[in-house]
Amino acid sequence: MSIITDMFQYEFMTNAFAAAGIAALVSGVVGYFLVMRGQTFAGHALSHIGFAGATGAGLIGLSAIWGLTGFTLAAGIVMGLLSERISNRDVAIGIVLALALGFGLLFLHYYTAFASQATALLFGNVLAVDHATIATLGVLAAISLLALCVIMRPLIFASLQPELAEAKGVNLRFVSTAFLAIVALAVSQCAQIVGVLLVFTLMVGPPAAAQRVTTRLWSGLALSAGLALAEAWLGLTLAFYSDWPVSFCIAILSAAGYFAALGASALRWRHPHAAVLEDAA
Amino acid sequence: MTDAVELEHATLRLGGRDVLADVSFAIKPGEFIGVLGPNGSGKTTLMRAILGLLTPSGGQLRVFGRTPWRGDATIGYLPQLRTVLPDLRIRGFDFMASSLNGERWGLPSLSRADRAMIEETLSLTGARELAARPLSDMSGGERQRLLLAQALIGEPQLLLLDEPLISLDARHQEAAIAVVRGLCRERGITVLFSAHELNQLIGALDRVLYLGNGQAALGSVDEVMTAPVLSRLYGTDIHVLRAEGHIFVMSRGRDVEHVAHRHNHGPGHEHHH
Repeated sequence: MSIITDMFQYEFMTNAFAAAGIAALVSGVVGYFLVMRGQTFAGHALSHIGFAGATGAGLIGLSAIWGLTGFTLAAGIVMGLLSERISNRDVAIGIVLALALGFGLLFLHYYTAFASQATALLFGNVLAVDHATIATLGVLAAISLLALCVIMRPLIFASLQPELAEAKGVNLRFVSTAFLAIVALAVSQCAQIVGVLLVFTLMVGPPAAAQRVTTRLWSGLALSAGLALAEAWLGLTLAFYSDWPVSFCIAILSAAGYFAALGASALRWRHPHAAVLEDAA
Repeated sequence: MTDAVELEHATLRLGGRDVLADVSFAIKPGEFIGVLGPNGSGKTTLMRAILGLLTPSGGQLRVFGRTPWRGDATIGYLPQLRTVLPDLRIRGFDFMASSLNGERWGLPSLSRADRAMIEETLSLTGARELAARPLSDMSGGERQRLLLAQALIGEPQLLLLDEPLISLDARHQEAAIAVVRGLCRERGITVLFSAHELNQLIGALDRVLYLGNGQAALGSVDEVMTAPVLSRLYGTDIHVLRAEGHIFVMSRGRDVEHVAHRHNHGPGHEHHH
């Protein structure tokens, strides 16, 4: 056990475990719905917009985390309001995403002292989080999970059957906008751990793997959160003993988890009974 | 008795066009109405108006004597436009459950009675085996059966089924019609059942509601399926041919119902076994 206790002798490691734990739980839960709704690309775009926000905040002397949160939140709300379906339009999102990264670069260009933090923003720097950041993450996590609990029922209905949900009185635009705002908060938390470029590792990898393993809603949600937490903490442990970057370790584990789940579900299809069902489909 | 659906000089306007103009008819409770008409004749628009998603720009539309309102739990609905997420790895049971009080805030939860109701409805439409399978692995026909079950959940008094036969094979089409017909008889549910082809429905329906050219004709098969009525609704010369209990609506030697039907057949029908 000393291998484990060794790690926690360092305050930066206990901080990293706390921060990664909070962000991973939120990412796993919110990401589950992001994958269900087929909006993963929108989530990715939000993180890039967050990059512009973080570097822009540096330019005017604000802290990066608030710039990132503010920008992703505003972008999420605008995306949701513009149209029910724009958040699924790959081309529009791709262009906005590239534009945001471009602005991020421009802000960096004018604020050169900030450049050292560019890598941290893009690829994460969980080993440098302090108590204040953990507290911020905790507050953001509480807000996003609470909001998700409030809209979860109509969100699932609207995601699975938008036409029927509309007929039954669900305000599709409101639900979609509120959800993207929650995604924005989750993205900004996740980016603190693995960076804006690697938010997929915790927000898409674990839920996608979970949905391969179980098709039940609650089991899928729990498994997604559990996988995200396990991958974040194992990644930290692996990084501590290997001296590889944390985000790399989490990315490896996330991909491994997804492909293992894919392999497992492919094996299940070979089952003779399953083959008959597949044939019918 | 209050009519289930009543239109009085109603005009339904969509995108600057009067889809139905100054239309009047009344559907009695417990009637099985086959809703027919060419594409764009207003079948879906009429259903959306009954659901309260579209307010008539003129005249009156009443459902059980009241102005339609969004979220009316007494109406079961199977939409024609059905967004299907391609990689939806959610099992059929949870898909069904999502619609149960799905408009309420909070966390989804199911009571024992809810579960029993879902199971029972799935059995009724022969979709029980779909409960455990993810939607991403279902064929178009299987999804369709699940959606039919979904429309029946919660004991509705009025069923709006918008093209429920699309992507079903012949056997499942007959089964679907029989289930709806049975519910209509046993529970006195009013049914609006839209289709591209009348013949399958002839044995099941009480009256035909034929839409076209901004107008509507409601009546028995013999009253509606005549050359003068249909020529008015299609805005062109129509001949009605009858052969072996089947009715064919012909325009210049072409069967207009079948042409429309083929156009609407998307990919993803079920294979015949």
